[in-house]
Amino acid sequence: MTATANDGALAREIMITTVADLLAGIGHVAVGAASPIPAAGAMLARHREPAMRISILGSARHNFFTNGSAELFDAAGQGRIGAFFLGGGQIDGEGNVNLVGAGGYPASKVRWPGSFGSAYLYYVVPRVILFREEHSRRVLVPRVDFISAAGTSPDGSYRPGGPHALLTPLALFHFDRQRRRFALASLHPGHSLEEVLDQTGFEFDRPERVPTTSVADEATRLALYGPVRAALAETYPTFATAMSAGVAADRP
Amino acid sequence: MGGIVEIRDLAARVEAGARLGLCADYGGVPMAALFELVRLGRARDLHLVCVPVGGLHVDLLIGAGLIATLETSAVSLGEAGGAPRFIDGVRAGRFRLLDATCPAILTGLLAVQKGLPFIPMRGLLGSDVLANRPDWKVIDNPFAAAGEPDPIVLIPALPLDVAMFHVPLADREGNVWVGRRRELASMAYAARHTLVTAEKIVDHSLLDDETVSAGVLPALYVDAVAAAPGGSAPYGVWATIAPDPEAIAAYAREARTQDGFDRWLAARLG
Repeated sequence: MTATANDGALAREIMITTVADLLAGIGHVAVGAASPIPAAGAMLARHREPAMRISILGSARHNFFTNGSAELFDAAGQGRIGAFFLGGGQIDGEGNVNLVGAGGYPASKVRWPGSFGSAYLYYVVPRVILFREEHSRRVLVPRVDFISAAGTSPDGSYRPGGPHALLTPLALFHFDRQRRRFALASLHPGHSLEEVLDQTGFEFDRPERVPTTSVADEATRLALYGPVRAALAETYPTFATAMSAGVAADRP
Repeated sequence: MGGIVEIRDLAARVEAGARLGLCADYGGVPMAALFELVRLGRARDLHLVCVPVGGLHVDLLIGAGLIATLETSAVSLGEAGGAPRFIDGVRAGRFRLLDATCPAILTGLLAVQKGLPFIPMRGLLGSDVLANRPDWKVIDNPFAAAGEPDPIVLIPALPLDVAMFHVPLADREGNVWVGRRRELASMAYAARHTLVTAEKIVDHSLLDDETVSAGVLPALYVDAVAAAPGGSAPYGVWATIAPDPEAIAAYAREARTQDGFDRWLAARLG
């Protein structure tokens, strides 16, 4: 397969499939608001493992919570949420995330919305998947300007949660909590190690031969453009429509 | 308690310098009452607490120059992008900024609800959120096994002077239906005064029906209710009214400059 016909649609398909792979075996996945790719990946994972529960914040149908804003955090604090997604304006090589801003604090020159629940969820949810649709030195920096949530804690601290993987349109990294750094796990089809080295502002480990991220097989694609897309349309109608357009252009 | 008043009289109850709690954009934003607040112009130097995040309603109070302190876990316009008056105000240092994280704000309210001075909370250690909050303290868990230090953060009680929100339904006794939006009740439990606007005020008591009453915040906690049909627009009212994303996107464009914001506001105040 070559990444030419419809690069955007293929990249999206790879990221959704990779998210689903990363969620294997999780009992309950929570997805934040305005996160269509993580939501699609979670729904694909649930298609594979029907017992999996998904809570999509901002959705009426795909959300069990009845006890207000606190319930997500209460559930997470007890270990009732196995996986969650975080983005961030900056992510550094030690897994620190910055959702606050760059260029000074508090009067930041560049200000993002704020830390949301990251300063808690990153510490208590076992499998936090860092997800960004931009892979650049602007985002993946040597050291974040502001730590919304720390990637690791001193040995012996209470820290059941933390970064598990970092997924971008170019590659998948795993996070090694002992070594406190990322290791390149795979390169998406059509992207090279040189490109990733060039676009990544922090140092990371890598195997001698870096595997290629696996693409969706036929069964996965049938699920993705069938029941998963249909379920996604309630919360993300625009994204679901774009998925159909993408697949039509990519696979006539 | 729980008197039915006109929306202007409701807004007039917010005093200058008050610590005001407002909810997130996904349900319960008292937009009509906030426009009244801005029109009255009395409630300056507010300490605004976002429970636990804010949107256009927060940007409105910032743009109108009513905020002295902003305590929040985030402010954004969601799909419409960054909140322009918030971003500009942060850059210019126009208000004191207390960055938080969602569960810390909810924990501070819970401490008030329980009459406690503080409640411990996990997470936060090693973050710059904590480093910039000298009002939050770190102690060693006194119940940890000997020789196994377990640092933990204490969040102090976060009492509100006023909680203000919008609901789909209220009754003439001042009982208000919050349904699954329990954080609205959490705000009221933590506030000295709670002011509520409602889509609809019904004549029968909401406490009469057992299937409805579990989602009711009783009048005990409610100072005043005002009718405000469409009172959350352009935000929606959960379970009943959809938000208006075009109107929110239009605000995002117009409020990019203070002049643009002033024009947008003038058009709404009439």
